[in-house]
Amino acid sequence: MTADIFIQVLVSGLLIGLIYALVAVGLTLIFGVMDIVNFAHGEFLMLGMYASFWAFALFAIDPIVALPLTALLLFAVGVIVYQTVIRRILKAPMLSQIFATFGLMILLRGLAQFFWKPDHRLIPHSLVSGNIALGPVQFGLPQFVAALGAVGVTGALWMFLHRTRLGTALEATAIDREAATLMGIDGQKMFALAWGIGAACAGLAGGLIATFFPIFPEVGSNFILIAFVVVVLGGFGSVTGAFLAGIIVGLIEVLGGFLIGPEYKTAIVLSLLLVVLLVRPRGLLGKA
Amino acid sequence: MRFAAAITEPTRTPTANAPTRRQTIKRMLAAAALLTTTALTGIGFGASPAHAEDEIRIGVIYPLTGAAASTGVELKAAAELAAAIVNKEIPAPPGLVAGIGLPHLNGAKIKLIFGDHQGNPQVGATEAERLITSEKVVALTGAYFSNVTATASQVAERYGVPFLNGESSSASLTQRKFKWFFRTTPHDDLFVGNFFTFLGDMEKKTGDKLRSVALFNENTLWGNETTKLQVKLAEEQKFTIAEKILYPAKTTQMTSEVQRIKAAAPAVIMQSSYLGDAILSMKTYKELGFSPKMLLANDAGFNDSEFLKTMGKDGEFVISREVWALDQAERNPLIKQVNDLMHQRTGVNFNGNSARAFTGIAVLADALDRAGSTKPDAIREALQKTDIPASGLIMPWKGVKFDANGQNELGQGIIVQVQGGQYVTVWPFDVATKPVVYPMPAWDGR
Repeated sequence: MTADIFIQVLVSGLLIGLIYALVAVGLTLIFGVMDIVNFAHGEFLMLGMYASFWAFALFAIDPIVALPLTALLLFAVGVIVYQTVIRRILKAPMLSQIFATFGLMILLRGLAQFFWKPDHRLIPHSLVSGNIALGPVQFGLPQFVAALGAVGVTGALWMFLHRTRLGTALEATAIDREAATLMGIDGQKMFALAWGIGAACAGLAGGLIATFFPIFPEVGSNFILIAFVVVVLGGFGSVTGAFLAGIIVGLIEVLGGFLIGPEYKTAIVLSLLLVVLLVRPRGLLGKA
Repeated sequence: MRFAAAITEPTRTPTANAPTRRQTIKRMLAAAALLTTTALTGIGFGASPAHAEDEIRIGVIYPLTGAAASTGVELKAAAELAAAIVNKEIPAPPGLVAGIGLPHLNGAKIKLIFGDHQGNPQVGATEAERLITSEKVVALTGAYFSNVTATASQVAERYGVPFLNGESSSASLTQRKFKWFFRTTPHDDLFVGNFFTFLGDMEKKTGDKLRSVALFNENTLWGNETTKLQVKLAEEQKFTIAEKILYPAKTTQMTSEVQRIKAAAPAVIMQSSYLGDAILSMKTYKELGFSPKMLLANDAGFNDSEFLKTMGKDGEFVISREVWALDQAERNPLIKQVNDLMHQRTGVNFNGNSARAFTGIAVLADALDRAGSTKPDAIREALQKTDIPASGLIMPWKGVKFDANGQNELGQGIIVQVQGGQYVTVWPFDVATKPVVYPMPAWDGR
């Protein structure tokens, strides 16, 4: 194997890893704040992709231009899901919570299939298309822009959580719900906010990959398994952890797939999950 | 507040739901009754006891309801067109097999009795039994789904009634050593084998070496079976496998796969993918700037009607296997004439499935006429002696002639290439309508 190929594989791994990170960040945020695992997270990604698709198909708005719109829309979806479904199961046994979000996943998939047909769709002429060649290393502009967007969104989220009053309140709720409530923070509002932001992150990820990934009702299932691995590796609830873990998983998947064999790439990623659970169950940056 | 809601809700729910539930049950019962009556009348009509002497009953089993109903309806229309031609209700294009009707049976008419298997092998077997025992059909045909053909033909075998299958491609169907089973369509193994013959032909034509092949198949049953067969054929025909990848279906990225194939630098990629993966792999080839001399796709995702719609220009030059292509009508006037008849009647063109269903009935009618009798043994014997030339068919085959297992040994698949947004036939060369674009142009040279 030459150095060129090695660098190329690393770059490809990094690019897809950043996307994984963005998907996982929303998932981990929701879990961190309220200890609920959102199985419908992949469907938020799917909705984000369809939002971009319809913006393009109906109003000829490019997915990249439509990103703020997609984020806003998915924020609303997240809040609505919280208000209608999640709020009612906050104190329910964990199994009920799992089934609720699992049911939501099936519902959203079914609705997408019903309204938008099970067809695969693609956005044909995005603003970002074509390839970039840096010496021997080649990568697609859409993938590069998506990765860049993922870094930007995750960075913005980090700033929000650590540098703004509202973000700090959200963090406080995540650390100790009771104490935060005693300090005058409205827990319900914070939960709704977490769902809104979590869904918006997934939606943004969907909007970013819509420029190169086929769009279909079940697309969430392709990503959700990896997103869970990323969340576990990064540490449940840690945004920074999820970001780092996303990159690591992307690199390991692409590099491992290349070196050992693509047929094992999913196995490699899931073995990583097992190792993390055995050796360091709280993940890279998780709360002990 | 929450507490209050918890109390009111359960009391409200049953009272609010009860009438609707009762209504639903009523509606369901009404629907069921309606269904039963229609089904019964259907059977009643079919079983009308007045079997005219000059009416030959053929059982046709297709998925007329259920997930594949749209295909089943197409198949039914094609079978009915074939029957109408045999019965001289519409004039037959000259040269078409079975176009002369049934002179040896005193110009008798054939009557198709349809059975609906709903995509279910058990239902298929029951329908076969019904058609044989209560409808007294002299032969059966169908059933499109390989697994239903398997069970339905078992019933026919037990009763000693000829079963002619026109459109199921699982190779195992003609490996069962059945006495009463015949199949006109080529099977899956043959389609995969065609690729290697095609590569040999391309080597002769271009003078290039195309011996190094990358196998790139998805990892479900289909991809695994295909890989096994390809490895075997490659060894037999002295091809080297530069890379063999069974990738996890429905993946999020294919860069490791494509990178590996790129590093192995094969002349040809043979790929089996369903739609989503087919699209993603094409995107990844483009992203990594990789174009082999040829990309040979194993049908499925690459031939899905959505593939070209979504890929647009990036789908150009992909080569895939097919059983039939509409551009064959340009080459063969017979295909055009029969397709026009189909279009007049149903408003749609033939496709690979309906063309094969049509051919199935035509071949069966040809055997019936030569048998000159409706006795099962006579029909079976006539089927065994079938020898129809390519000129009598609307298929790109060399003809119809059954081997000892009942498999048509003159059937062949075709290879199509996407050119100008259409699938055009490029191989076998004698039925091709356009030359192969070779090698596949590099991405930046398009």
